[in-house]
Amino acid sequence: MKNSDKNIWQGESPPIYFDNAATSFPKPESVISEQNNYLLNIGANPGRSGHSLSVKAGEIVFKARKQLASMFGVKNPMRVVFGFNATDALNLAIKGTVQHGDHVITSAMEHNSTIRPLKQLEADDTISLTIVDADKNGRIDTQRVKESIRSNTSTVVINHVSNVNGVIQPIAAIGKICRDRNITFIVDGAQSGGYIPVNITKSEIDIYAFTGHKGLYGTQGTGGLIFADTFDYKKVKPLRAGGTGSRSSEIVQPDFLPDMFESGTLNVGGIAALCAGVEFVNEKGVENICKHEQQLAGYFQTKASETVPGFKTFGFDKQNAGIISFRIGYLSVSEIAGELSDRYGIMSRHGLHCSPLSHKSLDSFPEGTVRFGFSVFNTFEEVDDTVEALYEISKKAKVKSKETINHITH
Amino acid sequence: MEAIILFHSTNYAIWAQDLLKKNNITCKTIPVPRDLSSDCGYCVRTSPEDSNSAEELLKENDVEYDRVVVR
Repeated sequence: MKNSDKNIWQGESPPIYFDNAATSFPKPESVISEQNNYLLNIGANPGRSGHSLSVKAGEIVFKARKQLASMFGVKNPMRVVFGFNATDALNLAIKGTVQHGDHVITSAMEHNSTIRPLKQLEADDTISLTIVDADKNGRIDTQRVKESIRSNTSTVVINHVSNVNGVIQPIAAIGKICRDRNITFIVDGAQSGGYIPVNITKSEIDIYAFTGHKGLYGTQGTGGLIFADTFDYKKVKPLRAGGTGSRSSEIVQPDFLPDMFESGTLNVGGIAALCAGVEFVNEKGVENICKHEQQLAGYFQTKASETVPGFKTFGFDKQNAGIISFRIGYLSVSEIAGELSDRYGIMSRHGLHCSPLSHKSLDSFPEGTVRFGFSVFNTFEEVDDTVEALYEISKKAKVKSKETINHITH
Repeated sequence: MEAIILFHSTNYAIWAQDLLKKNNITCKTIPVPRDLSSDCGYCVRTSPEDSNSAEELLKENDVEYDRVVVR
């Protein structure tokens, strides 16, 4: 790695940060400097005013749209609509698309950002819902999706890459099934954008939800939807209405992209950072980043299996994206994560990862797992140190009985 | 004389500016003249000589615009 890519942590003892699947850290220096540049030198509202700083702010937003469209295989940059994160984007995609009486298909590997909006819609009798099972490694069978289609199926919502074990779903195959039947296909790309190559056009995705603060190395508070060039975006109703800086004489919401979904001032500083993050990913190459993270996960799995007594992974596969879920014997996952953080400065995330369905699929519910999500900045040396720490934790900690775990309530 | 290209949204004005500049058409974003539109934000000004090729370029690239005013 280049010097500029080094961990920019300024504390005395740099942490080992494996919680990238929640928010990636550290950020590339260019991400920080671009956000700073916006705050120091531009600072204005994009598209509202006629002055030169407003134009500059608008240019930042446009550049980000162009880069994101290009990264995800979409031609028209206006098909990129900014929101605040993947959850925000998925709420718009799901609640904006479905209509009363629709049947919707989703999977047992969904994050709560998808399943909760869907369950809300089911509870108020707006939709009927089918949750397609996954196998014990978290894989969804395309055939099961196909078999679940009914005459009133309007929408399929599928998680692209699991935030629990990194399993990659057969998005293109599901996309084809949906496209052939004119069913709207929404993909939760929170863990795929920047982590694995994604092409919305080739995979026949209609609506792709992304977030800025994970694999795209931007900051929190950025994300959005990308509509396929061919998708009729007017099928989606805006959930927010308000000022857009366009058609200001009219008191009704505009009906064109991206304005119809972007009422209210955007997070331009965040978008400047995101733009730099996307450039960073492009420079590194998403295939290279993916390979590096997969190798780290594979190396960790092999080394920990050899070294740490009772080490067990859930749905691990070398082909998965660089996310790994594990336990050690009957040790509480919170104890492992707490020890890792407090004694060794290793950041992980334990528990259910806002994804109880996935943990049920992977047979790790209700205790959950300890999760490592790797980034381009992580190294094999960090994995070595972590395996050593886990070995010490496994020796020192009081091994609990299976019953202890089963009595944990969530 | 000038050609003013008006858009429904400044997002498209920025896109148009980017496209025209890349194709060596001199242009500038300017505040939307109040006598032409009540919209907030900016539009694109170019020369009357370039306005036809600018329009063609916008159409080719699906950059939606409201209208062009030569004055």
